[in-house]
Amino acid sequence: MSNELIDLDGLGMTYAADSGPVEALSGIDLKVGRGEFVSLVGPSGCGKSTLLRIIAGLRPATRGSVRVAGRPVTRPIADVGMVFQAPILLKWRSILDNVLLPAELAGKDAGRYRDRAQHLLQTVGLGEFAAKLPRELSGGMQQRASLCRALLLDPPLLLMDEPFGALDAMTRDEMNLELLRIWGETGNAARKTVLFVTHSISEAVFLSDRIVVMTPRPGRIAAVRTVDLPRPRTVEVRASAAFGQLSLEIFRTLTGS
Amino acid sequence: MALFVGLIVVWQLAVSLLNIREYLLPSPMAVLRAFIEPETQWWPHLWVTTLEIIGAFVLAGGVGVALGVAIAWSPRLASALVPFLVLVNTLPKVAVAPLFLLWLGYGIVPNMLIGALIGFFPVVINTAVGLSQVDPEMLDLGRVFSAPKWKIFAKIRLPNALPYILSALKITATSAVVGAIVGEFVASQKGLGYVIITTQSSMNTPLAFGALVWVSIVGLALYGAVVAIARWAAPWAEATQ
Repeated sequence: MSNELIDLDGLGMTYAADSGPVEALSGIDLKVGRGEFVSLVGPSGCGKSTLLRIIAGLRPATRGSVRVAGRPVTRPIADVGMVFQAPILLKWRSILDNVLLPAELAGKDAGRYRDRAQHLLQTVGLGEFAAKLPRELSGGMQQRASLCRALLLDPPLLLMDEPFGALDAMTRDEMNLELLRIWGETGNAARKTVLFVTHSISEAVFLSDRIVVMTPRPGRIAAVRTVDLPRPRTVEVRASAAFGQLSLEIFRTLTGS
Repeated sequence: MALFVGLIVVWQLAVSLLNIREYLLPSPMAVLRAFIEPETQWWPHLWVTTLEIIGAFVLAGGVGVALGVAIAWSPRLASALVPFLVLVNTLPKVAVAPLFLLWLGYGIVPNMLIGALIGFFPVVINTAVGLSQVDPEMLDLGRVFSAPKWKIFAKIRLPNALPYILSALKITATSAVVGAIVGEFVASQKGLGYVIITTQSSMNTPLAFGALVWVSIVGLALYGAVVAIARWAAPWAEATQ
């Protein structure tokens, strides 16, 4: 078994718009190892979100190949947890029932996942909110619930599309720490592979093992930077000189200056 | 409530002070007398009209939801049904009432159908809209887990549509009353609309008002029931309504 979970080879995507074909992604070559935390940063409209959807098998690539766990992706892959910018919880379901939704959709016995769902909610501090409706929770709490939903079936791969982009800066920092805790707490062997789309350079530096910097449309890979900051990442790491230096370099790559 | 009582008082005062004749505008007291007059056999009329209204409401709701589901389920059905439904909706449905009576004869059923015809369209539209107004990312989530279409429908689309359907049913509750009364105006032997029509020749205007009071009681009761059911069945939607 190869060590790569995701293998993108010459991936490109062109879609038809009213004004003619639009090239969204071009010549993407990227390998993501098992247990690796990789962020995608780039300007708006560079195809980052499209790339996540292609990897999940929700949209077909028009060129090149996508492999997840060695298998070509031709249709939605079930072994994936997705978190979007909006929590998109079902507003008529309790938080617990929302977290259980993947089990129901995947045709599994939701009853068997109740304990796990409850446990996940507890780890993100929502244990007492299991019976509440989404509208009774703040935006940050809803996004935590949405993270629990993504983790319910214990997928080896997490695809996160600007999950904390709509939150205020303080909640975002808090969620970053929480995400790392959840990601790291299972130990190296069972660590999930995370592909994390963000607009925020500091968020990417704080979280990632590697950062993929993308160009404006058509999205290409401008640079891949390894983040060699020590783990566990703490607030102190964020204040370090190395953190600032790396952020600056990524900023320069992004803006081409 | 204070406004309502005030209006009644003004009405009573206006009628007695301006000496308005009873066949033009009966006083609230005269209406009350007609309303509780033991000689007037309200029950059979009330029963027939209530039956027509409820029948019209249930029919409009049932057919409306079924058509809305069909439209949202299959684009092919939608392209076949929608133009036809829009055409039907542009007809002044009240004008079709005489035809219904011609085809179906007197009775409760044609009046139900008229009420249903007037009231079903908003249910179709709201059902179809509610079923399709689902966050595309929510549907992505369904696709990731390869959930079958019916499951997405039952677990995501249908509950999502429920508040839309219920708010359309509030409109339908009102239309059903209109339909039943119009049907009775055109041809009937019983019902509150029939009572109103007969007062035209007898000049018994207090009786017409008495029938109006009954109509609004039935209408309000149905509307209230729909609102109560909406609150119970879709409590999460309360904030948006």
